[in-house]
Order: sequence, then structure tokens, then C-alpha cells
Amino acid sequence: MKPRLLAEGCATRLAGPLLFLKRTVDVGLNEAVEVKGADGRTRLGRVAAADEETLTIEVLENTAGLGLADVVVRFVGQPLEFALGPGILGRVFDGVGRVIDGGPPIPAREAYPIEGLPWNPVARGVPRDFIETGVSAIDLMNSLVRGQKLPIFSGGGLPHDRMAADIATNARLPRGAAGDFAIVFAGMGLPHDSAEFFRRRLEQGGALERTALFLNLAADSSTQRLLTPRYALTAAEYLAFVEGKHVLAILTDMTNYCEALREVSSSKGEIPSRKGFPGYLYSDLATLYERAGCVHGAKGTLTQLSILTMPSDDITHPIPDLTGYITEGQIVLSRDLDRRGVNPPVNVLPSLSRLMKDGTGERYTHRDHPALASQLYSAYARAVQTRVLAAVVGEDGLSEADRRYLAFGEGFERNLVHQAGARSFAESMEAGWRLLKGLPHAELTRLSDEQIARYLAKA
Amino acid sequence: MSMAAIRWISGPVLRATVRGPFFLRECVRVGPRHLLGEVVRIDGDEITVQVYEDTTGLRPGTLIEGEGNPLAIRVGPALLGNIYDGLLRPLTGIDARVTAGARPAPAARLAFRPSRKAGATVRGGESLGEVSLPGRRTLACLVPPDLEGELVAIQEAGEYDDTQPVASVRTADGREVGVAMSHAWPVRVPRPVARRLPTREPLVTGQRILDALFPVALGGKAAIPGGFGTGKTVLLEALAKGCAADVIVYLGCGERGNEMAGVLEELPQLVDPRTERKLMERTVIIANTSNMPVAAREASIYSAITVAEYFRDQGLHVALMADSTSRWAEALREVSGRFGELPGEGGYPAYLSSRLAEFYERAALVETLSGSRGSVTVMGAISPPSGDFSEPVTSHTKRYVRAFWALDVKRAQARFYPAVHPLQSYSEDAAEFAPWWSENGNTQWLELRRRFLTLLDEQSRLERMAKIIGKDALPARQQLTLACADLVNEAFLRQNAFAPKDRVAGPAKQAAMMRITGRFIELSTQAVAAGVAPDRITRLACLRPLARMGEEIGDGEMEKFDAVASALETEFHDLIPAPEARDEAAAAG
Repeated sequence: MKPRLLAEGCATRLAGPLLFLKRTVDVGLNEAVEVKGADGRTRLGRVAAADEETLTIEVLENTAGLGLADVVVRFVGQPLEFALGPGILGRVFDGVGRVIDGGPPIPAREAYPIEGLPWNPVARGVPRDFIETGVSAIDLMNSLVRGQKLPIFSGGGLPHDRMAADIATNARLPRGAAGDFAIVFAGMGLPHDSAEFFRRRLEQGGALERTALFLNLAADSSTQRLLTPRYALTAAEYLAFVEGKHVLAILTDMTNYCEALREVSSSKGEIPSRKGFPGYLYSDLATLYERAGCVHGAKGTLTQLSILTMPSDDITHPIPDLTGYITEGQIVLSRDLDRRGVNPPVNVLPSLSRLMKDGTGERYTHRDHPALASQLYSAYARAVQTRVLAAVVGEDGLSEADRRYLAFGEGFERNLVHQAGARSFAESMEAGWRLLKGLPHAELTRLSDEQIARYLAKA
Repeated sequence: MSMAAIRWISGPVLRATVRGPFFLRECVRVGPRHLLGEVVRIDGDEITVQVYEDTTGLRPGTLIEGEGNPLAIRVGPALLGNIYDGLLRPLTGIDARVTAGARPAPAARLAFRPSRKAGATVRGGESLGEVSLPGRRTLACLVPPDLEGELVAIQEAGEYDDTQPVASVRTADGREVGVAMSHAWPVRVPRPVARRLPTREPLVTGQRILDALFPVALGGKAAIPGGFGTGKTVLLEALAKGCAADVIVYLGCGERGNEMAGVLEELPQLVDPRTERKLMERTVIIANTSNMPVAAREASIYSAITVAEYFRDQGLHVALMADSTSRWAEALREVSGRFGELPGEGGYPAYLSSRLAEFYERAALVETLSGSRGSVTVMGAISPPSGDFSEPVTSHTKRYVRAFWALDVKRAQARFYPAVHPLQSYSEDAAEFAPWWSENGNTQWLELRRRFLTLLDEQSRLERMAKIIGKDALPARQQLTLACADLVNEAFLRQNAFAPKDRVAGPAKQAAMMRITGRFIELSTQAVAAGVAPDRITRLACLRPLARMGEEIGDGEMEKFDAVASALETEFHDLIPAPEARDEAAAAG
């Protein structure tokens, strides 16, 4: 059958984002449609279900203003696509990939389906090599690796926006050319002032010209919010695997995305699972997160740094919980550290980078980096434990060794996690060794004798 | 073959009007791309089909063809060393992107050498001859378990496609059936065995905390629940690399693509120390990553256990690692929701428990149909939402497994791996294995195990108390208990999966480390009884080499343990006897 079919005057029912049509044309599941109402606006949609008499169309934009009488539905004949070509860096798009910076349209070379197709695990390369973010708590303790997906778990009111903008500005490949690096920034459900903040910060930091910015504002429809990361990731995949760049995709805020998914799911009358989110939340998030990676034979890589705000700081909430099961680790921000003026307030204990071992060490960062990070972890964990003890028995009741750990914990937060500006990797390493000097050497079991002699011997 | 036409479709579920008979669980092909599906419900002239692939583009009117068989996979020697999707279709040699309509594995060319002669009576599970994989091990060409009769013809030695019959069997009802080196078997039906055997032997995993404290039986069942970031996957991968099984079936069910890429890159480089062969040669990987079609995730667990059973029937010991069974249960839930079934606990269908039982019950140590001994040991990871072990998948699994390896967030956050919680985990079979350990050089195994566990239990109680009154206020004996428990954790239980010497610990190394750790506890207890202050013991120089012996001493360097042990003896000897030291201690106390 021919694509680009029209259906007029056959709409029978409208319920939330769902539009029911009498089936007059032969179309397949998931194919894209354009719905035009009496108000003249064109809305994107897709075929959600079909039987012999009825077609169910899921309209992916606001359905307010749509009536049954004058609806014209155009069937595209294939799933939703995004036409891309060179020159998308430095540009600003809306949530469904339309240019909104007043510039000329993108010269489209090829159209890519926005859902993407799952990578064959055999075709994937193992993520290797390091991306320097300029944040010690990430670079030194939970390193970000090219092709990794590492989310930031934040909370309302914590400085994750600033952190994301800083990383977008400062991130670099220590072992690659500057022109190889690109950023795709997708804002989902952003308040207007946050969107402005990002645009301004990227412009001031000089990072806008290596960034493709996708903005879905809080006032935009929630069905459109579901498309924003898909358009952004399609662009990111294009940059990585067609143009051969190392792409860092920053998605914020995934919580808004999940809320939109819940809203749309409930309007479809689906059986809700935990906290009202649909049972397929895990599979749906996986279709986004799993688009990060490296591919054999491709020069570029796609790394994801998504940001989500944990509802009431609860890490067991379904959104952070399911995200943590898909992503390769997480960076957790802490309200307590933020209150004490530590910036960025990264709580390293619940943070984790699963791929760290593949992107650090002799070939990528420094030979002694893994041992140093492991020792800092173990010492900081003990310091935090000692802090609890000190709160009960008082500092005087502690042993000498415990008091040294207490001081170490304080120093770790003040001098390593906290930073005024971006820090190079070498500076982060140095700060780490300096802190360990204050601890009894015999207890540093994660370090070899040789490392102790080289870095910790008294000057 | 029966046909049907789609009447309604949404997501991976469709309803179709039949033109001919279908049966429940029949395998069907949907549409022009022959997508794989399974009949899950029959109602008059309408069938409901679960489709295992992306249904984009299907429409009412599309034709469906019944295969006349239940959903089956083809098992054979050529599976070893390869990677498949959840329905056992190869992932090698296809596109970089997974698209709908994948084909089953092409025939593999294998060398066959007959061991039976025409005229013989053969029964299911018996070997017709040897199959050798290129440059690899030799396996048997098995008669399918449900076939019995007279061997009327058998090919000479030579190379054949593994799907092409090499022998012909005439059954009692006069049919002639061709037997190839591989055969099809329905995934949801357990392969028959002669009988199940009781097990008195552990499967050595190479992980000290598991082998010493919570051993799993050969042919046993273990569950590994843990919240995210507790190291389930790292542990399962360590088990796949280090455990003493002949064949590993590694199922990545709804997990990360990058992890599968890591396994695929690493395994071909590693060598199995016991056989000197590449680890990949003993491994079958089944991968259905989280973004691949959800219905195939539901089937992948059955494909994996069927493959495991096939190698068991070859008289081999097989270990199946399933990562993770929660994703499988969620797929079950998602598909059940699409059928409109009534949800039970946690939204899961009411049959979750019986499905879990069906899966875990297929693990066993058995006498195969041909009389040899084989086993399937199942280790299933569980990803409980919010790390809460009271959720349905964990609590139902607990009823069917005998070893429970609970992973602990606190340990993982301190980067203490494997983060197995010593107090929440258990092994119901542990006492059975003492004789085995005695034969394998560790006569004190049961006693030391008990002592370590008691110490760890006391530690958790004392730490609570120390939080209130301060560590220094505890009596000397209790301070020592804390120090010894620390040592058990640091020196014995912690194991670095990325340190070349510590990755896998063989029984001999485990025995030596257990003995030395036990000896330290013994000597320090004597010292404290003789009046030595506990903080003098925690300052001993031998503690550091003790804490690092796992990483520094490899499996083949047993003599180095003697040096650690003798340093221990000397230092305690210097610590205890001198009367002035005792006075000093008394003065300090």
C-alpha cells in the first residue's frame, strides 16, 4: 500500500491523548501520523493499536482544541523519524527536533527513526577511556568512561543544574582532539528560567558551539516530553556513529520524563504498578539509557549523563531505583553536604561508577589511580562510621586512630569533594594523596608497600 | 499447517481469527518477516498470540502460520563458545542493530565418528558417536530423549552439517527418524533423566565467602538478591569465570548491553586454569538486553535451562547463571498485563510462584538416561525494587533455593566485595560438605566456618554496644572479638575480582587462608587471656601481610603461606611469654 494516506471525518472518539478512528486505511502498528484539527495545528502521533474496525492513535502533543468533526489524519507509512545532517552543533531545537533559534533549518541528509533499534550486544565495544569532567568526586572517585551511562541522583533545590552546566562547559577528552567532542543537551519539562540559565551558561562558557540543545519546557505537553529524549538521542547517535564524534548526552530532568509517562499511561487506562507508574517503566527507560555505548568499527562513542531529582530525596523511589538498575552506576548528591557548603555536594559513598575499572589505570589515567580511589573509599567509609560514634560518645571517647579518621573525613569533604573551580585530573590525584598522609600507614591495606613509600613517606 | 489472520494488535500481543486447529503453546510465525510467537490462549475461533519480536508494521489481516510444534530450540555441541538471543538465534554474523525476523543458527560443520553399528537398539539420551568441535573438546552425538528404536543406518566418520541426519532410527511403530548431531527440544519441557541423585558435594565457586561460609551443592540452587550497585553482576561474572563446572550457561536477561560486551571481550582472553583451555570454549551466552523485545525475555530463561540440561545429558557439570530473574518476572508481569490477567501480589500474575518453582526445580544432580553423572547448578540474581527482600520475587525464590547469598548495600558502599552479607545469607546444605572438604585438604572446614560465623555475629552485636559506650570501654576480650572479626572480613572474605591472583581461589588456597586466619584468632585469644592488651595485637606487623595475602599469593604459591604463618607464630611468641611484657600490660590495664 502507498504511504501518505489521508483519513478525513472518520474520528469517533477523543479521550485524553487517544484518538479513535474508523479504520478506512490499511496501516501498521507504531507508524507515525500527523493529526490536523480545526485549529489548523499539526500534531504528531502514532498508531497504538489496530483492529478490524478501529484504529487507536496516540497523539503525542496537546490535544486541546481538537474536535471530532474536522480532524484530518495523514498517515506517514513509517515510524517517527528525525531528519539530520551536518551543522546541528550550536543549534537550539524544541522538544520534537524543530529549530527554534531563528536560524535556517538543518540541511537534512538522512532521516533516522527516533525509537532507534537495539544494538546487538556482539556489535558493542567495551567502553574504555576516560572523560574528564573537572569534578574530583567524579574523575577521581567515580570516573566517567566513554560509552557509559552515569546518572546524577539529585533532589529538589540541590545545585544539579549548575553542576550539569559546569560539566557541559569543562568536560574534555584528555587523550583526544577538542573537535572530536560534542554535547547533546536535552531539557525535559524545564521551567523557563532554567532553560534560559542553560542557554546563557553554555554561551558564556563557549560551549554552545559544540552543543546541540533540545528544550522541552514545563509548559509544553507531557506527551511531547516523551519524544524529547528520543529526538535528542537520535541526534546524539547521528553525531557519534555517523559523524564520528565522542558525544556526551546530558538529559535533565528524567523525573519529569517519568511523570509524563505516568500521566500518559493513566490516560490510556493501563494497570498501574508501583506508585502509579506503568509496569513497563523499566523497559521504557531502558530504551533510552541503552542507547549509550561504543560500537565496533565506529569512531565515535555516546556517553550519557542523565540527571534526575529523587522525589522527597528517596533513593528507593521507582524512578531512581529502576534507573540505577539500568545505568552503570550513579552519582548521588546530598542535601547534608549542600547545607554545609560543600560544592558540588557529591556523597561518594552511595555513588558508584561500574565501568571505572575499564577506563582508569595505567593506560587511561594513572597507574595508581584505582588503588588510590579504593583506599580513599574505604577510609572515608570508616570516617563516616566514626562520625556516628563520635556523635554518641563524644570526640574524647575516641581512640587516637579514630580521631585521625575523623579529621580525614572532614578534610575529604572540604578539600577533595569541595572545589571552587574545575580541577584537572592530576590536581585531584594530588589532593587524594595529601589526605591519606594523615592516616596510620599500617591500616592502608588497599595500597601496596611501594605506593605507600612513593606517595606517603614523610617529606 | 494451520493459518490465522490478525484481528487486533497492540504491542507484543495480538488476537487472530483461526482457519484450522491450533494448540496451546504452539509456535507460530507472524507476517511476511516470519516473526516468532507463541499461542497463549484459545477462545472459540480466536487465538491470542504473544510475539517475541518488535511488532511495528503489523496490521489487521496479516497472516499467521502455525508450526505444529511447541516453541522449541535446537541444541547441539556447536552451541559452545557462542552467543545467542533469548530464543537461541545467533547474535554473531548479523547486523549491528537487532531487527525483527532473526533466523535460527545456520548449520555448523562438525566432525562425527560413529561408535554404534546399524542393527543395534538405541534409546533416548544414548550416544551414537563422538562429535569434535574444531580444535576443542569432544562431545557425544545424543539420541533425542524421546526417541527409541533400532538403528537402521549410521554414517561413517567424517564432517557433516550438524542439522543433517547422521543416523536413522526405526521406532516401534515403524517410522524411520533421522538423528542429527543437534536436535530440537521444546523449551518449556524438562529433559528427562534416569533419576535424581542426592548431593554431598559442593560446587567450588572460587569465591571464598561462598565456598567457606555459604556453599552451594553440585546440582543445587542459589539466589543472589541485591539492590543496584551491590555487585550482583560482578559476582556472577566472577562465578562464570572461576567456578569448577564443565560448561557455563550465562544468561543476561534484561540487563545492560555494555555488560554483555564486557563478558564477550573478556572471556575469549581468559584461560581456564583447570583445563588450560579458553574460558569461552566452555561457555554459552544467551543475551536479551533490557532494550530488546520484552516477550523474548520471558522465554530466554527457558532457553537457557534447556541448553544447560542438554550439556548435563552429555554427562557434564553445568552451571547456569541467570542475571537477573527479576527482569524475567517483570517481563512476565508486563505480558500478563497486556493479556488483561488479574494481577496478584506486587502486580505480578498469580502464577509467578509456580513458574519460579518450575524453573528452579530443573536444577539437579542426576544420573542421565545413558547412565552417566551430570548436573545443572542454577545461580539466579534477583534485583529487588528498593533493595527490599520482602518483595514477591525474592520471597518466592527463597522457598525454592537452598543457598541464599544476600548482597548488602553497606558492604558495597565501603567497596567490600563480594558484598555478601554474612548474617542474612545462608546455605542449607553446608553441614553435608565437611567430608568433601576433609578429602580436599581442609579437615577443620566445618569448625572454622562455625567460628567465623560466630565471630561475625558477635561483631554485629558488639558494634551496636560500642556505639553507645565507646569501643575503648569494652572489655579486652570483646575488643579482641571486634579485631578478629575485622581480620576475617579483610583477610579472608574480601576478594578482589580484578586482581589477577585473587580473582579465583582454589580449594588449597582457601584452606591455607582459612587455617592462617583461624590460627590468628586462636593465638590472639591466648595472648589476651595471658594479659596482652588488644591494641598491641592490632599493631602487630604481621597483620598487613595477612590482610593482603589474598591479592599477593596466587593459587600455585602455597609455600608463601608458610612464611605468613611462621611470621605470625614468631610475633605472637614474642608477644606472650616474657614476664615483663605481662607486667607492662598489667600496668597499662
